[in-house]
This record gives sequence, structure tokens and C-alpha cells, in this order.
Amino acid sequence: MTPFLDLTDIDIAYPPRRVVQDLSLRLECAGIGCLLGPSGCGKTTLLRAIAGFEPLQRGSIRLEGVELSRPGWTLPPERRRIGMMFQDLALFPHLTLADNVAFGLRGWKPAEQRARVRDLLRLVGLDDCAKRYPHQISGGQQQRVALARALAPRPRLLLLDEPFSSLDVTLREGLAHEIRAILLREGIGGLLVSHDQFEAFAFADEIGVLREGRLLQWDTAYNLYHQPADRFVADFIGQGVLLAGRIEEGGRVSTELGELDGPPGTGCAPGDVVEILVRPDDVIHDDASPLSAEVVERAFRGAQFLYTLRLPSGARLLCLAPSHHNHALGQRLGIRLDIDHRVMFRRELATGREDFGWSATI
Amino acid sequence: MLVVGVALLLALPVLTVFVTALQPTGAVWRHLAATVLADYVWNSVLLMLGVGAGTLLIGVPAAWLTSVHEFPGRRWLEWALLLPMAIPAYIIAYTYTGLLDFAGPVQATLREWFHWTRQDYWFPEIRSLPGAVVMLALVLYPYVYLLARAAFLDQSLAVLEVSRTLGAGPWRRFGAVALPMARPALIAGVSLVQMEALADYGTVQYFGIGTFTTGIFRVWYGMNDSTAAAQLAVLLLLFVFALLAFEQLSRRRARFHHAGNRQYRPARLAFAGHWGWLATGVCLIPLLFGFLIPAAQLTVWAWRTAPRVVDGRFLALLANSLWLALGAALLALALALLLGYGQRLRPRPLVRLAVRSAGLGYAAPGTVVAIGVMLPFAAIDRGLDGWAREWLGLSTGLLLSGTLTALLFAYCARFLPVALHGVEAGLTRIRPSMDDAARSLGSTPRGVLWRVHVPMLRGSLLTALLLVFVDVLKELPATLILRPFNFNTLAVRAYELASDERLMDSAPFALAIVLAGIGPVILLSRAIGRTRPGYDAVP
Repeated sequence: MTPFLDLTDIDIAYPPRRVVQDLSLRLECAGIGCLLGPSGCGKTTLLRAIAGFEPLQRGSIRLEGVELSRPGWTLPPERRRIGMMFQDLALFPHLTLADNVAFGLRGWKPAEQRARVRDLLRLVGLDDCAKRYPHQISGGQQQRVALARALAPRPRLLLLDEPFSSLDVTLREGLAHEIRAILLREGIGGLLVSHDQFEAFAFADEIGVLREGRLLQWDTAYNLYHQPADRFVADFIGQGVLLAGRIEEGGRVSTELGELDGPPGTGCAPGDVVEILVRPDDVIHDDASPLSAEVVERAFRGAQFLYTLRLPSGARLLCLAPSHHNHALGQRLGIRLDIDHRVMFRRELATGREDFGWSATI
Repeated sequence: MLVVGVALLLALPVLTVFVTALQPTGAVWRHLAATVLADYVWNSVLLMLGVGAGTLLIGVPAAWLTSVHEFPGRRWLEWALLLPMAIPAYIIAYTYTGLLDFAGPVQATLREWFHWTRQDYWFPEIRSLPGAVVMLALVLYPYVYLLARAAFLDQSLAVLEVSRTLGAGPWRRFGAVALPMARPALIAGVSLVQMEALADYGTVQYFGIGTFTTGIFRVWYGMNDSTAAAQLAVLLLLFVFALLAFEQLSRRRARFHHAGNRQYRPARLAFAGHWGWLATGVCLIPLLFGFLIPAAQLTVWAWRTAPRVVDGRFLALLANSLWLALGAALLALALALLLGYGQRLRPRPLVRLAVRSAGLGYAAPGTVVAIGVMLPFAAIDRGLDGWAREWLGLSTGLLLSGTLTALLFAYCARFLPVALHGVEAGLTRIRPSMDDAARSLGSTPRGVLWRVHVPMLRGSLLTALLLVFVDVLKELPATLILRPFNFNTLAVRAYELASDERLMDSAPFALAIVLAGIGPVILLSRAIGRTRPGYDAVP
């Protein structure tokens, strides 16, 4: 089966800078994906290339098997049937909400246009505001109009360029869920660009982490968290620390907190020094444990405490404990490790270079 | 590249003046330096300082009262205070001369009441430097008023309230808090006013005061020395650029003086009893002297002379002026659109610099622009004519410098920045993402132009068109220098009649200009209404 959206070996450059390099990704069937990364990583450029606003220097973009872009040829955006929601929404200030939504319905019969506009405004809960102008409604409502306008011409794919960044956190997650539900119902693929991992988790089935124009990992949120492909992803998604360890015979790894089992990583030999990713939820508070660490910082999170602990060696560790385990600073906390997914990176502090890690499920 | 080429062409007049001025100084310049140059500089500086002080004196209190206080008539005074902008300085000068000179109604009435004869009393001479200062201040203060008002309204509520909690009364709040905070805006306003005062030709010429602009005319026409005229012009431009730099600098500083976020203003402070009427009076004075009296006088005169003056020639002249102004406005708008879109589509430093340099003309007084147009155009004409005589055996005459081409070009060079400002203001409202949104909704690039740009720009383009139209209608010195032989406009005719001491006959022409000038004032007052805090309170 041909993939829904297929990007192959893409390069995009604003000479002399290469903004996106050698990037490939696939969105199978009309699913919902997200490009996640810090600002300036090239994610918006990539989205604009998919929409047809940026030409490719190398590679190709295909939607449902049909080529849209290749070097030297770019199908114009108006002929792609790809909808887009912009970061600043870009509603047309001179048109009413109804006319904004109807903008993309050129060539439809008037009766059908009216029906489509009505349906969409109802879908986003603004059917009684059709005659208003964008500046007369609130930010959240403008967001919905932008969505309705993008959906109106029945695009095959909807691109969303950080459309929630101007909203407050509570509104943001609610709207992300709503849009997700609408896309699934209408059978439209979605691709979101975001720098906020929680927004990405709430919205997308699959998430790609971008850094400096390269795709580091394209995976589910679960796997990004538990099996990050490299140090940057491990650091960018969720919290955690890297704990020093050494490979023993048989692939076991010895650390300050005992030995960890797991299949041996390829290319590492006994005696190699590694770092193990330890998430806060991997560290279990256990008074019966022979291991303990000193509390140096604590943050109350309602249901939980996030403790920062100091090991005898001076290394730090994060521990998520139920909030009835109330420990003061300076107290010692009994802990044990409960690592489901052992993620190791070869230690290479001297060069500071990123390297490929390897991970394994125990 | 087209955009850069057009921009440089529009910057040509100012550049020409500079290049011409580089030639070695001749006998005329030495003569000037030995005799009148010091007077020109001195008078220009006095005029600048006097008008600056006068506009501050009128504009700041009016702005403070209308933006912070409540008093009878505040609502309509707020915009009516802009009305003097509709009257060009030379017209108010003619009007007051007619009113106040020896034969005028004021002195005649005084003589009648007190049975004085000419030797019995002293009356201030209106046709003097102080007179010119008052005339210019009366019509230029709205610049200071506008900027000061914007600054006062923009000042954070918190700062004024803090000063109240620290025990400052209304006078101290004004003097120690509001005024210093508004200082950058005031400096910017005064700089603009002083630029206008330096550029004035009609008033100082009529009052017989030697300044740079009248000096340039005298050297150009009387002594026929283009180099010396250009050298005077450069000296004048140096003054103007200094003011321009000053204005830009204070505008930039204004951003830092802008403390805190803008919140809803508290209710305006109402004056108790007769103090309110006093405030009304204070605001009424500039309106009265800057607009109501001169407009009324012009109307009376026009009423009397219209039957004689308004004939076929008057209408032909009116048509001349309107067509010329409309043509220049359309041309300037078309060029501004070209430059504006050039900048939008290719935002490169070179393009930006070129477009900025096309804006030089607005800072340059009309006299300077006219010389800068005349010099190269006359040179081209001479070259063409010589070539045609030699090869074709006929004379082409003056193809550029003696025709409307020169005039239209000068108007474009001078007023393009007005049009460009409107175009840019309109274009920045169309964010690039709106283009993209329209494309992703199935519009072709041409569709984007028609369905998004045209409807969104229409308002700003009409405004720009009107502003240039009226500016051209009022323009005097450049028209005087560049108009084709026997070609007249309203402004030129009013000037000619006034120079012939036929003030009453000039009134219908002057009144037509004033009426046209009210258009931009209405636009401005509407813009004022829109920027009032709380107006666009959207949920």
C-alpha cells in the first residue's frame, strides 16, 4: 500500500544555509503526526515545503502516491488540496467569518457553499457569529474560524503551524483534542508543528523530533519517551538524568545503584563506559531498599513530589514519589531502580559529540 | 532592477542639488556671502526657533487639556483643533495682511472709534518676521498637538496615579511627570514644524523677509546663477537634515520613554464650574485665530469678488489644478505601489536603501526639489535640442523642462513619501501568511491580488491619493519655478493676485484650496477617533 504522505531524502536551503537536510518520513494512512523541535530546527520550513511554499533542493514529496515536489518543480499550493493553519491564523480582516470560511469554496454551487459554511461553523460552535468580523471575536474563536476555513475545501491533509501557541495552556490542550477528533471524523490527515511536547502528545499518533534540520526519530510518543534514539531526544522529551555505568561480561551494566540486566548493545564491549537514561518514574521510593540518597530539592506537583536526589558519588537523580511521601530537604530517601527500558549512550564527554545510542527493552 | 531604478530617479533632484553645489563658488556666491547670506541664515534660524516655540505654546496645552480633562466642547474641539492644517501658511498670511494692515478693517475701525489719524497710534506691523512667526505657528501647531496628544494618551495610567499617591497635584503631575515623559514626542513634533517653517516660501516672500527659500528664488531668477542657488539649497538642506536626524532620534527614544502597558484611561478629570469654560477658551483661541477668523474673512471676500472673479478662466484654472493634482496623485500612487511591492517581494538591503532614498524629497523644501528637477531636465533639453539642430536641422525646444513633465516629476519626487507611507501602512496589514493562507485555499497568485490585496488596500490607497492630491493643490514654490509658460494653478493665481495687492480677488482661489484641505483633516480626525483607547475594546 502506498503511504499517505511520503517525504524522501529532502534538502531545503536558503543559500548558503541548509535548513532541512536529508530528511525522510512517512505518514501511513491518513494519520496524525507532529514535528517537534526547538525553534530554528527547520520544522516550519519543512511544513511550508509540504504546503508548496518552499522549493526542494533534493528529494521528493508525495501525497497518496502522487508527486507534489521535486528539485526544480513545485506544484503550486493552490493545486495541492492541502489545508494549512498558520501560527498567526491569517484570517482575512476584511471578510466576515462566513466569507472567511467560504474563501476556499470558489467554484462550488452557491447553495452548496452556504451549506458547507453553515456545517463548518456549527462544527466549531460559531454558527451564530457568521456575520461578524475576525476582530470582533476572541482569540480562541479566531482559532476555530481558522480551522473551519482550512477544512472547508475538504483538504486531504491539514498542516498546522503552531496554531495554539497564542492560547493559554488549558485552552490549548482542549482545542488540540477537539481538532484531532474533527480530523479523524472527516478522514483528513494532519501534521502539526510544535515546540511543546505535551501539545504533541495530546494531538499526534506519531511524532518526529527535529534538530538542526535533521529528523532524529520518528516514532510514537511512548517510544520517544521510553526508547529515545539519541541523547538529544532523551533530553528533549521528558525529564531524566544520565547515570554513569560500565558494561560487564554478559551485557550487564554495573552502576552506582546496582547491576542492570539487558541484551548487549551492538558495538560495545565489556569494560566500555556508558551512560544510562534514568527517568523520574524509573526511581521508586522504597523505604526497605538498602540504597538511599539525600534529598536536595523538591517540587510539589499535587499528586506527586518530584525529588532531586544526590547519590554518594555526587551524581544527581530525579525521583517521582506519591505526594504522601513528604520528605524534608537533607533527609535520606530509600530508593530502588525499576527500569523497564534500558537506554544507554556511549560516554563521549571529551568531544561533546552526539553519538547513536542503543536501547533495549528488558 | 526596476524598483531600484525608479527609487534612484526619484532621489535625483536632491542628489543633483548636492552635485551641482560641489562646483567651485563663483562671483555671485562671494557677493551673497559678503552681503545677504548672514541675513538669510539669521532670519531662517529666528523663524525656526520662533515657530517652534509658538507651536509648543499653542499645541501642548491644547493637547493636555483635550486628552486628560473634560470641559464643555471637549469632544468637538479635539478634532476641530486640527482644522488650521487645512490653510496653507501663505494663505493665512494674505488673509491677516488684509485684515490688519493700515487699510484693513481692524485699523479702520480703531481709527473710527478713537478718531485717530495715521500719526496718532502704533500698530504692530504684520508684514515682519514676528508676523511670519505667528502666521506659521497658527497653521503648523496641529503637528505638535497631534504628537503631544498621542504621547499623553499613551502614558501609562499607573505612572500618573503613582505621582498622585506621592502627593503631586495637577500642575506638578503635568510639569514633573507628563511633560518630561512626552518630551521625545514634543521634540519630534517641533522638528517637523521647523522643517515646514524652513520650507515655507509664500509667507516669507510676501512679508519680504530674506530667508533661504526667498534667497534661492532671488539667485535663480534675479542673478541667473544655478550653482549659487544650488549652494544655498544645500545649506538649507543641511538644516533640514539636522532637524530630520533630530526627529528620528527622538522618535526612537520615545519608545523607551513609553513606560508600562497601556490600560484603560481613568475617567477624564472634569473642571469645576467656570474653570471648565476657561479650558474651552484656551482651546478655542488657536482654532479661532488659526481657522475661524481667516476662513470667515476669506468667505466674505470671496462672496464679494466671486461674481467678478469666477468666470470661464477661473473654472479653467480650477480644472487645471484638479487635473494636475489628480494626475500627480495617481502617478505618485502608482510609483509608491511599485516601490512598496518591490520591497515586499524582494526585501533586500539594497532595495530598502533605494526606497528610503526616494523618500528624501519630502524632507526637501519645494524650492530645492524644483531646482533639482530643473537643472538636469534643462541640461537634457539643451543636449537634445543641440543634437536635433545638428542632425535634423530643427529645434526641439524644451521637451522636458518647459512642460508638465517636469512639474509632475517634481510633485512625485516631493510627495512620493506620502503615498509610500500609505501603501506601506496598507501592505503591512496584509501579513505574508495571509497570502499563503489564500494560496493554500486554492487561490492563484492573481486571485490573491484581487481577493485579498485589492479589498484590503483600497482604504489606505484612497487615503494616500487624497493626501497627495491636496498637497499638490497647495504646493506653491515648485509650481512657480516649474510650471510651463502661461500655465496657472489655484495656488499660483492666489499668489500672483496677492503679490499685486489684489487680496480680495485672490480670496476665491484661496478658499478653494482651503476647502480641499479640509478633506485630509477629516481623515486625520477619524484616525484620532480610532486610536482613542477603549475604542477597539474587543473581548
